[in-house]
Amino acid sequence: MSEQTLAEAWGLVPAVLGIVAVGLVLGLVVAAVDRVVVSGAPRAAVEPIRSSARLLFEQRRTTLAPDRLLWRIGCVAVPTLALLSLAVVPVGGRTLWSTSADLVWFNAMEALLWAAVWLVGWGPNAVHALTGGYRFLAQGLAYELPLMFALITAGLAAGSLRATDIFATQENLWFVVTMPVAFVVFVASAAAFAFWGPFAAPAGPDIAGGVASELSGVDRLLVEAGRVVFLGASAAMAAALFLGGDSGPWLPGPLWHLLKTLAVVAALVWVGRRMPVLRPDRTVEVGWMVLVPLTLLQALVVAVLVLNGFYA
Amino acid sequence: MLSDLSGWAIAAVAALGVLSVAAGVAVFVVDSMARATFALLASFLAVAGILLALDLVYLAVVTALMMTIEMAIMAVFMIMFMMNPAGLMPMTMVHNAKGSAVTGAGAFVVLVVGIWTIDWPTRDASRPADSTRQLGEAIMGSHMLVMLVIGIGLFTTILAGTVLATSRGRYDRFGADLTAKRPDDPVPGGLPR
Repeated sequence: MSEQTLAEAWGLVPAVLGIVAVGLVLGLVVAAVDRVVVSGAPRAAVEPIRSSARLLFEQRRTTLAPDRLLWRIGCVAVPTLALLSLAVVPVGGRTLWSTSADLVWFNAMEALLWAAVWLVGWGPNAVHALTGGYRFLAQGLAYELPLMFALITAGLAAGSLRATDIFATQENLWFVVTMPVAFVVFVASAAAFAFWGPFAAPAGPDIAGGVASELSGVDRLLVEAGRVVFLGASAAMAAALFLGGDSGPWLPGPLWHLLKTLAVVAALVWVGRRMPVLRPDRTVEVGWMVLVPLTLLQALVVAVLVLNGFYA
Repeated sequence: MLSDLSGWAIAAVAALGVLSVAAGVAVFVVDSMARATFALLASFLAVAGILLALDLVYLAVVTALMMTIEMAIMAVFMIMFMMNPAGLMPMTMVHNAKGSAVTGAGAFVVLVVGIWTIDWPTRDASRPADSTRQLGEAIMGSHMLVMLVIGIGLFTTILAGTVLATSRGRYDRFGADLTAKRPDDPVPGGLPR
């Protein structure tokens, strides 16, 4: 595998534009699959494009005395962070930029997303939006630590935090075989960071749409796009970290990665849309009493395997 | 020391340094908890950017990660303990102005005198190929004791802070003679206990 990054291979500007395009397409795919699963009609796949175009031209409404600066920052930050997290996800075997701390970068973008979504809830000076923002924070307290342990488990097995190294270590054996708990926690946390599916309480109908309740026009488009792009980026990252990335017979590597990403998206949407929404006040104990010990145990098992030279 | 940095990196460090100080000042100028919190976050992110410009990727990213989580937790604590939970009303971010001004000026003087008078050691080795690995080996090796002490200290502080702040103890949860089978909590945590 080449050690070049996408930015070195294509030049900085084309590489950045390419990653943005990949992110938007991934987001569109997630939204389309979501619509099809929810409505049961394949025709619904074009619905995201239609509603995006409508939101683009919709006039923005506002609230009484909003904190406009923070609100705008939050709305712009959500899709920006989703795209930034894609910078360390291998696309065609290369990442946009490669550092010795790719996994921590991905995690940092998620943490910033945490703050950004709270801002989206805070900005409009409205009770439902603020409630949604705080629900998002409360949920995050439950899954942030298990997610960190899950991410670090993949890095532990590869002996590197660099995404392309983790990619390369799985030539023979997919990480999901030895770390199923980490895989499930990672995918579930991705859904939770996009407050989607069973983790959609921050935008729940019981609080009139929560964080998204006062969003309109471009603002709503940005936040919704950020959610689906982040789900797509996380699916691609899950395929890279746990499902062997681009390893597979016959077909070229990047195509395998794409297929695995699509499979993760389909499975995530199919399972996620069949589960009831979790109450945010019922997640913290599960996260800390069940998931933290489980992920720690998972990391221990992997560490012992590493010491025995299992992954070498 | 600055000689092995490119002109771009030096410019970035200078610009981000100014930005971090400006955002730090903004913390005390704005009139809402949310704006103060996020001004502080902006200041920390500028510091993370400086570390990035100095090619210390892990430190940069982990600074951004930890500080962001810290600010989010601060927002949670805001509703838990503040007299104005939502923070929607304008309020001053300055308390004990005279005392803090004296403390701040004193700390500034001590730091500046220290920075300019200490005979800093010069680097004897070449730059490591991978600063993340070097950092990990230092934390897990020669500096492990320091890290453990700091870690336990932080953990104790968190526990002490929570114990001091909460009004409920084990007698509220398990009854006066601590014999209740299930704790009596105002909010169920999620597990069937």
